[in-house]
Amino acid sequence: MNNLIWILIEALIKAVVILNVILLGAATSVYLERKISAVIQDRIGPNRVGPFGVLQPFADVFKLFFKEDIVPKASDKFFHSLAPIISLGVAVAVYAVIPFAHYVEIGGTKYYIGIAPNLNIGLLFILAMTSVGVYGITLAGWSSNNKYSLMGGLRSAAQMISYELSMGLSLIGIILISGSFSLNDIVIGQANWKWNVFLQPLGFLIFLVSAFAETNRAPFDLPEAEPELVGGYNTEYSGMKFGMFFLAEYANMATSSAFITLLYFGGWQLPFSPDLLGLAEGSIGLAVAQFLVFFIKVVFFIMFFIWVRWSIPRFRYDQLMRLGWKVLLPLSLLNVVLTAAAILIFK
Amino acid sequence: MVTEFGIVLLFFIVGILFVGVSLFASALIRPHKPNPEKLSTYESGEEPIGSPWVQFNARFYIIALAFLIFEVELVFLFPWAVVFRDLGWYSFAAMAIFVVILLLGLAYDWAKGYLEWDKPKPIIPVLKELIMTREDLKNQQKD
Repeated sequence: MNNLIWILIEALIKAVVILNVILLGAATSVYLERKISAVIQDRIGPNRVGPFGVLQPFADVFKLFFKEDIVPKASDKFFHSLAPIISLGVAVAVYAVIPFAHYVEIGGTKYYIGIAPNLNIGLLFILAMTSVGVYGITLAGWSSNNKYSLMGGLRSAAQMISYELSMGLSLIGIILISGSFSLNDIVIGQANWKWNVFLQPLGFLIFLVSAFAETNRAPFDLPEAEPELVGGYNTEYSGMKFGMFFLAEYANMATSSAFITLLYFGGWQLPFSPDLLGLAEGSIGLAVAQFLVFFIKVVFFIMFFIWVRWSIPRFRYDQLMRLGWKVLLPLSLLNVVLTAAAILIFK
Repeated sequence: MVTEFGIVLLFFIVGILFVGVSLFASALIRPHKPNPEKLSTYESGEEPIGSPWVQFNARFYIIALAFLIFEVELVFLFPWAVVFRDLGWYSFAAMAIFVVILLLGLAYDWAKGYLEWDKPKPIIPVLKELIMTREDLKNQQKD
C-alpha cells in the first residue's frame, strides 16, 4: 500500500511538471511564430512586454482570462463548452507517451523521463488521440450554429480523416523496422546515427505533410481560412474558450515536432557516443544532455513549421483532397510494401 | 500495482482538471453583460438568414465512408507489422493480397469519380426533338 502511494505521488509530480512544460512549449511556439513572422515580413514584432517581448504570450493569456465569454443564443450550449475542453485535453494527453530523455538511476531504481514512455502501445495511443482531436473541432463547428463555423468544422473533419490514413500507413514503415509500438524502443533502435529518416525517406515526407494537415497549419489551414470563413470553427468563441483552441493549436505543433524528432531523427539519442562526455548510463548529467539534444531538435522543427506557414500559400480544397487521396495514400501503401520487401531481402 | 495505463489515465485526469479549473477561474473574474446584439449569431454584421443546420454536401459523407474502409485496413496492418520479422515471405504474400483487394476498392472509387472534389460539369439536356422552333411551326402550317 505504501508502495502504491509513492508511485501515485511520483506520477502526480511528473504530471504537474510536464503540464508546465507543455504550456511553456506552447508559449514559446507563440512567441517564436510572432517573432519569426515579423522577421520574414520585415517588421519588429512584439517588443514591449519584457525583454525582447518574451512575456507577450503570457500577457495574451492573462488578457483572455479577463475577457467576457459570449455564447450565442442559437448555439448548443453544452457542446459549445465541451469542444474547447476536448481540444486542449487531447492536445495535453498525447504528451503522456513522449520520452524526454532515457532514464535516471537513483538508488537502484530506474526513473524514466516522461509520464509513461514505455507504454507498449505508445504509437496507437497517439493515433487514437489525434482521432479524438477531430471531435473537438467538428463539435465546435457544429454547436456554434453559424455557417462559417459549420463549414470550417466539416472541412476540418474531412481533411483530418483523409490525412490520418497516410499518417498511419507511414507509421507502419517505422513499426516494421523497430518491431515495437513503444516510443522508447523506437528511439533506442536509432542509436549511432541509424536514424529512421535515412531508412524511410519516403515515409518521412508523407508523415511530414500529414503532420501539417493534422495540425491544421498552413498550407493546410482551410478550416480557418480567414478570407472565406472569417475564423472557421472558432468564429463564435471568445475569452478563455478561444484561448484554449489557440493553446491547443500551438501545443499540437510542438507535439508534431516532438513526434517527427522521436520517430525519424533519433529522439533523445546524442549525436556521438555518451562515453565521450564521460557520463555513465543512468546518470543525471547524461539525462540532461539527452534532454537538451531532444529540445534542440524539437525547436528546430517548430521553426520549420513556422517558416513553411509564412512562405507557402494556402491550398485550394480540391487540391487538398487530390493530394491526400490520389498522391499520399497510394504512395504510403507503396512505402509499406517496399519496406516489408526490403526487410525480408536484407534480413 | 499501477500499470502504465493507470499512470496515463492519471495524467489524463490531471489534464482535464487543469482545463476545468482554468475555465472556472476565468468564469469567476470575467465580466458578464449579455445583450441581444452580442448573443446573436455572427454573419458578417448582417441579420443571420436561416439556420446552418441543414443538408450539406454529400461528398463529405463519401469521404467518411472511404476513410472507414482504409482505417479498418490499418487496424489489421498494425499487429502484422509488429510480428512481421518472424513470419517471412508467407505473411508478406498474405498481406499483399489483402492490400491489393483494398487497392481495387480505391481504384473503383477513383474511376467512379468519388475522389473528385470539383463540381461535375453540368450535363445540359438536349431536347431538339421536343421543342418546336418558330421555323418548325411555319413548316407545319405550310403542310
